[in-house]
Amino acid sequence: MSANAKLDRRGFVARGVAAAGAALLGGCDSDLSEQPWVKRILDSAETLTRAAQRTLVSPMALAREYTEADISKDFKANGSTDVDDDAYRALAANGFADWKLKIGGLVGQPLELSLAELRSMPSRTQITRHDCVEGWSCIGKWTGVALKALLDKAELKSQARQIVFYCADDLGETGDDDGKYYESIGLIDAFHPQTILAYEMNGAPLPIPHGAPLRLRVERQLGYKMAKYVMRIEAVDGIAGIRGGHGGFWEDRGYEWYAGI
Amino acid sequence: MTDEHKQEVVYRHSGAVRVTHWINVVALLVLLMSGLQIFNAHPALYFGSKSNFDDPVMAMRPMKHGEDIFGVTTIAGWNIDTTNLFGLAYSPDGDYEIRGFPWSVTLPGHRNLSAGRRWHFFFAWLFVINGLAYLIYSLASGHLRRDLAPSRRELKHIGPSIWEHLRLKFPQGEEAKRYNVLQKLAYLVVVLVLLPLMLLTGLAMSPGMDAGYPFLLEIFGGRQSARTIHFIAASGIVLFVVVHIVMVLITGVWNNLRSMITGRYAIKLPESRP
Repeated sequence: MSANAKLDRRGFVARGVAAAGAALLGGCDSDLSEQPWVKRILDSAETLTRAAQRTLVSPMALAREYTEADISKDFKANGSTDVDDDAYRALAANGFADWKLKIGGLVGQPLELSLAELRSMPSRTQITRHDCVEGWSCIGKWTGVALKALLDKAELKSQARQIVFYCADDLGETGDDDGKYYESIGLIDAFHPQTILAYEMNGAPLPIPHGAPLRLRVERQLGYKMAKYVMRIEAVDGIAGIRGGHGGFWEDRGYEWYAGI
Repeated sequence: MTDEHKQEVVYRHSGAVRVTHWINVVALLVLLMSGLQIFNAHPALYFGSKSNFDDPVMAMRPMKHGEDIFGVTTIAGWNIDTTNLFGLAYSPDGDYEIRGFPWSVTLPGHRNLSAGRRWHFFFAWLFVINGLAYLIYSLASGHLRRDLAPSRRELKHIGPSIWEHLRLKFPQGEEAKRYNVLQKLAYLVVVLVLLPLMLLTGLAMSPGMDAGYPFLLEIFGGRQSARTIHFIAASGIVLFVVVHIVMVLITGVWNNLRSMITGRYAIKLPESRP
């Protein structure tokens, strides 16, 4: 754990006053927010938020589930709404019959599972609220397989600390892996009963704008954690060495890794 | 000077009140400006659990009318042309930019949601810690009961007090040593209603907190309602601050500022006083 976790009140207040003073003096300096020392100060709040929510909210507390009548008629598809590469198009043209989810990393039994195999496993259906970091919410019905069931099947090793999801969409438009979407979650959320890999939305196969053939649902965090177009899952003992090092596409671009707020 | 009023200097604000006041000033300013940055990521408000994109309670957005494009603010079904203020702004070269509030009032001063969130949540913690310290002090020291809670007699006097305020006649002498009834009520509403409401509606927007404390959703009627109430309560605080600053200015800016810095406040004594 970083030293940030040990925040004492006086230090926090002093740093707050320093940062606010800098903000006001900085005025029009639009780069102030990106100064490493300002970022470091402000980021200490994320550690505090995560620690507070982990303390105040039971690891097993369930996100609210809604009724059929609550389902959004117009569920907004954000971020990538399609995948612009030939391999994906070929898979989609065939209804993802040839697609396989790869599970590897710190597991005893690496797996490759087809959509049919995922569908044959016990499923969970949940009607939940999707909260976008932008501020809006939509409600949808998701059916899929519990991530925990997959990790059990793959015999997750005890050294594993995070689960990383690699996606097909090139949201960064770099044309290589650096721009591809990816996400990671800790084991508390990975083992949570509502954390599923959904292959159905509102009773129909998951549509392409919402991440076909498979998307992650992490119901106690914001929408950007819920990776779409999931191709590969990797169990790791740390996220620092992966791509930008912050554990996700948006995290590498300044957003919080813990998105419970 | 003909103004030969005698002055009495009283010790008006305790150290704890002064320190928490100024921390609150900084925290609320950063929270407001970063909050507007976050609002601009989706400048529309809704009631209920989810966003009915076709039917916002309030929205700032571009609208086409014939060949022209306007910035329009919709409130409860009414469309108001707010071009260059809210919804859409033209630059001098004729280009336009779609945005809710002007970048001059947001933090950072350009579109950057992740930085806005970083500022907002850090200063939300500062605001909460500072607010708790203030509340604990106010309860323990009797500040809340002694200085802020209006007596029954004061509440009965509320009509005349409103009339005196409207004529900009303010208490002097003995009377000025205490907050008057309107001041007490305004401070109580802010301290016990608006600021706690900001915290609770803020928590109700957190999917993590909603899982642990579903009552947050119940009391406000859903996450999108909570977001709308967060915005309305913030507007209420802005309104309070505007009135507060106007009152500071017209009742003696240096005396008021000094009292919130050193604690000392000068009171004019009536000449007829023995």
